[in-house]
Amino acid sequence: MSKGIQNPKTTALAAVLAKHESSVLAEWIKEMAGATRRADLMNDSELRTQCSSVLTLLRDGAESGSSDIRTAPWHAVRELLTEISRTRAQQGFTPTETATFVLSVKKPLFNLLRDHAGNDANAVASELWSTTELIDSLGLYTSEMYFKSREELIRRQQEEMLELSTPVVKLWDGILALPIIGTLDSARTQVVMETLLENIVKTSSRVAIIDITGVPTVDTVVAQHLLKTVTAARLMGADCIISGVRPQIAQTIVHLGINLLDVTTKATLADAFAVALDRTGLSLEHALKTA
Amino acid sequence: MEKIPILRMGEFLLVTIQVDMHDRLAMTLQEDLTTRINETGARGVLIDISSLEIVDSFIGRMLANIAAMSRVLDAQTVVVGMQPAVAITLVELGMALPGVRTALNVDAGMELLKLPLNGHKASRHVSRR
Repeated sequence: MSKGIQNPKTTALAAVLAKHESSVLAEWIKEMAGATRRADLMNDSELRTQCSSVLTLLRDGAESGSSDIRTAPWHAVRELLTEISRTRAQQGFTPTETATFVLSVKKPLFNLLRDHAGNDANAVASELWSTTELIDSLGLYTSEMYFKSREELIRRQQEEMLELSTPVVKLWDGILALPIIGTLDSARTQVVMETLLENIVKTSSRVAIIDITGVPTVDTVVAQHLLKTVTAARLMGADCIISGVRPQIAQTIVHLGINLLDVTTKATLADAFAVALDRTGLSLEHALKTA
Repeated sequence: MEKIPILRMGEFLLVTIQVDMHDRLAMTLQEDLTTRINETGARGVLIDISSLEIVDSFIGRMLANIAAMSRVLDAQTVVVGMQPAVAITLVELGMALPGVRTALNVDAGMELLKLPLNGHKASRHVSRR
């Protein structure tokens, strides 16, 4: 019955897969229709192609006689599953649905393996065990890949946000504004500080306004970061004004005992701009003084 | 022995640091500068560090020291042209150089020196039409 000596159990799986591939496929798809089929996310023909290519590669892997999915014969299966979980993560499948996609092949396989082994209870048990081990490890691998691709997505979005979030705006000759939106952490502050200082040099601006209207909370760490930026700008010869201090933030700052005495703070960007104009020796006048 | 030149411009002294500072050079500069302030009776010192790329805590302290010494000798110090990386380094080292006046470039620094300490800035007017 089993032809290989080294590992007859997995080759039994290979034999079953070779002989009954189409029925396994049909059963598998039927199995998924119950719990994890998401017709809204993937159509039938797409699912069928995916399943049949998984089965083909699974057979190739099983024929090699190796039951460790980290070895070379399983490389193609791993690659395919990586691809499948990546696309499923993007399409919006849940982790459970993605893992069950692989795990639901068990039932049709087990049925066939039982038929294949006939009345030998020991053979059935050992074949079922080795197959279940194999499918489980493939399922685990799939969900691991699923999370990896999700993490990648999160990291990429973080980077994109970092780039988006630090525009340095030139308000007037020699006056820069830096509206900060979102929470300041160390990584962001580093970027904010560097872009601001570089722009101060580039535009030789004497005054820089840091607007924190869009910063939801200011804690000691954020305040520390702000103070560092202000000090660095001062060292380069530019004045810094912090604007957009909301009442709650003013309360927090005082309660936390943060010393902002050396820094000019203003409630609104408009006030800060007026101060900045004054410091650069400019002033605004109404032009509509009708003669 | 290499030396950092100290130029005299009217009643001010101009120091341009164009090489990487090492400790010995910094000490020499400190000594030379105080001597020159004394000799010339200069009222202001302008230190241009725009070519300075690397600083450590010693150079930072030296800058603060020079400013303090000049003040004692009745000359004010303006440090101009500090690079962003240098500024960040000094801040991270915890050296905010209090008491040192700073400006973006030599022009702005000279303007700052020429201002009488209690003087008013000449204001330019911008009108909207």
